[in-house]
Amino acid sequence: MRFRALRSGFKFQNVAGRSLRPGAGGVSAVGRNGDHLDSSLGAAKPSLSPSSSSSNYHTSRLSHNRGDCIRPIGVTRHVGAYTSRSIAAQAAEKQENDSASSKGGDIEVELLNPFKLHLLESGPPTHLHTNKDELMKMYRDMNVLRRMELKADQLFKTQQIRGFCHLYDGQEAIPAGMEAVLTYDDCVVTAYRDHGTFLGRGGTVFETFSELMGRKTGCSLGKGGSMHLFKKENNFYGGWGIVGTSGPLGTGLALALKYTKKPNVTVAIYGDGAANQGQLYEAQNMAALWNLPVIYLVENNHYGMGTAEWRASKQTTFFDRLHYIPGIKVDGMDAFSVKAAMQFAKDHCVAGKGPIVIECDTYRYHGHSMSDPGSTYRSRDEIQNFRQERDPIERVSKIIVKEGIASADDLKKLAKDIRREVEEEATKARDAPQPEEHELFSHIYRLDTGLVTYGCDRKKDVELA
Amino acid sequence: MALSQGIMAASVVDCCSRSWSALALGQNVGPIRWISLIVTKTRKVLTIQASTAEEPASFGPSSQKLWTPKLVTNAVATKQDAPATTGAKGGHELLLFEALREGLEEEMERDPTVVVMGEDVGHYGGSYKVTKGFAEKFGDWRALDTPIAENSFTGMAVGAAMTGLRPIIEGMNMGFLLLAYNQISNNCGMLHYTSGGQFTIPCVIRGPGGVGRQLGAEHSQRLESYFQSVPGLQMVACSTPYNAKGLMKAAIRSNNPVILFEHVLLYNLKETIPDEEYICCLEEAEMVRPGKDVTILTYSRMRHYVLQAAKTLVSKGYDPEIIDIRSLKPFDMYTIGNSVKKTHKVLIVEECMRTGGIGASLRAAIMENFFDYLDAPIGCLSSQDVPTPYSGPLEELTVVQPHQIISAVEKMLSE
Repeated sequence: MRFRALRSGFKFQNVAGRSLRPGAGGVSAVGRNGDHLDSSLGAAKPSLSPSSSSSNYHTSRLSHNRGDCIRPIGVTRHVGAYTSRSIAAQAAEKQENDSASSKGGDIEVELLNPFKLHLLESGPPTHLHTNKDELMKMYRDMNVLRRMELKADQLFKTQQIRGFCHLYDGQEAIPAGMEAVLTYDDCVVTAYRDHGTFLGRGGTVFETFSELMGRKTGCSLGKGGSMHLFKKENNFYGGWGIVGTSGPLGTGLALALKYTKKPNVTVAIYGDGAANQGQLYEAQNMAALWNLPVIYLVENNHYGMGTAEWRASKQTTFFDRLHYIPGIKVDGMDAFSVKAAMQFAKDHCVAGKGPIVIECDTYRYHGHSMSDPGSTYRSRDEIQNFRQERDPIERVSKIIVKEGIASADDLKKLAKDIRREVEEEATKARDAPQPEEHELFSHIYRLDTGLVTYGCDRKKDVELA
Repeated sequence: MALSQGIMAASVVDCCSRSWSALALGQNVGPIRWISLIVTKTRKVLTIQASTAEEPASFGPSSQKLWTPKLVTNAVATKQDAPATTGAKGGHELLLFEALREGLEEEMERDPTVVVMGEDVGHYGGSYKVTKGFAEKFGDWRALDTPIAENSFTGMAVGAAMTGLRPIIEGMNMGFLLLAYNQISNNCGMLHYTSGGQFTIPCVIRGPGGVGRQLGAEHSQRLESYFQSVPGLQMVACSTPYNAKGLMKAAIRSNNPVILFEHVLLYNLKETIPDEEYICCLEEAEMVRPGKDVTILTYSRMRHYVLQAAKTLVSKGYDPEIIDIRSLKPFDMYTIGNSVKKTHKVLIVEECMRTGGIGASLRAAIMENFFDYLDAPIGCLSSQDVPTPYSGPLEELTVVQPHQIISAVEKMLSE
């Protein structure tokens, strides 16, 4: 059993000394039996791309031109500098993608670590079929996310990003695997570590950097910040700063899905720290009671801020906490494992079987937030171990190289290109304008019910009759 | 009648932005027979009789002037030129909780996205019978009985509201909503802002609050003081069956999160209200009794104490102006300001706490905006800063009593 939960007897040395299997094992080119791939698995979305408007064109080309993967991603610049893509354009891209990916996969991937099941007779498959498109998309998306977080780190240290900033690097496999299954009609809500989820939901690097630097071009007009990223048109219901809130909110989203009879799911994401919040269990009771289509996705990165899970939880597994909600424990450092579990869970919910918990065993490379070096409560060995043995990007790149889709040099070049693109997006965001002064009072109330106000303590003089 | 088709007292935005400079013409008032015409500057209200119209009621403050409140407690002599006085033709008599139910029911019939959720709102019919019969009529999903978990069902309502549903959250008692404070403050109040305007939370949070008859400290809370500093929330307090129904309907139609404060002791208040559909403005104060000596600002149950006191004051020869501020956030500074300009003296009577309550904020707002018009310090009668005691006599000492209002006015006017 390679995929081990950190149990209550856990000590740092244990983690460091864990026998972890190298990332890229278990790949076999079975070839041509890709019919197993459920076409809905490929309900793909545009890549997480800094200049995302052109990325899909390239990913869909990749399937025809093996080894041609580097050039296209050199990317046309996104011209409409401060605007995100229109919904119509995204819908068109998505359609194009759906038809492209429905061809199925001809590459078989063996999952490294088995699933653990709770209240389930059978679980997700342990072999997945994928294709070049998907592999390259995952590689690219995860790289963009990684690069963006590293750049954000740098921008924070030069004081261009202020306040709170929680980086996502290390956990890239989760949005990559999750979004390989979901469509934009599904709802996603998460907590404060939301950069990756936002990109997965179709947000752009530019919007993210703009928001992080408080510019008016940010997804929340610079008024939200790192923890408050939203994308309404793609059903991303946000980053929320209060730990545990995403549980009830996600359950409410699922309630609305059920009320409007939509065949979709809600994914409510929280961490191992939030898993001890009471409101979560209140919400899960209602979700189970009313059979709501909600997937509770636990990003278990083993530390709630600086407190190790075994120091905060009597039971350190989160997929099997309730005896009336089934659960799956997944290798959260492997995008394919996440994808398989997510597909299983979505089918479970859409079939009307009620809520389900997916616990992703993952790891954050950075500290909890920027003020946390991340090394006081965990050992450097432990971090190094995860980086070397289970890195999600390495895992995918090894498959790509092994399958001969691209050479290691090609991937290196691609990563370099992404790095340059991310740098450019950061520069563009830095040069974007600050919000104007009048924005201070906008979006407090909707004015369509006739309200013009500045609060009880209004600043504006009242003109009397 | 030509006028009936042509006149709309003012469009919603005009009314509330207080730019009274122009009458918005051309909007229909709806099936309301009594139309008040608000005239520029003087804001004198004329009443005209119009033929019935077929259109749905408009959403604006004009409608609140259409009816004479015929409260059981209303024994105050009304002056000749009083606004808001028209004779009632037809109409039906009901209790305040029935008025709330009527408003809620009408909105649920009109709009399938309106759902009620809370403890015992379904099969039980609501602890104060506001949602009685809803489960049978609208089904379990629209009158959703939740477990006793205020925090998470409020959070769920916020989540559902983000997608466009219009949930009405019933707090069985306002005190219980403290368990949902995070949801109401961080999620309800701030989301529209922090998402850069992407999301709205069109939900209503309502429930009984206020000091009842020996309900004990936890069940006698006035949470308006807690919620008033949450940006993005709107707060209204109903005080009569007429405005209870009108405000309920307005709150449901609003795209902002609205907290509707009801009072435990007012649920059985009786009044005749119009048969026609009407809506009250969420941001407007109600002129209860015009006068010239002193402005008394009040809301919720204290309105009736003030009216009781006013009876004595009028018989002693005083002429107080009574305003039910109704909108607790934001304050209707236009109505309040014009009154201050007229009387130059202000007394605030509230059930809220002395420290950090509505009265404190109101006093600050008046001082800031209308200091030059004041001839005397603003008086403020509030509840004592104590947990409401169970004991009857002690409870009486905690909240303001009519005799205190009388002596406060007499003192103010004799100086």
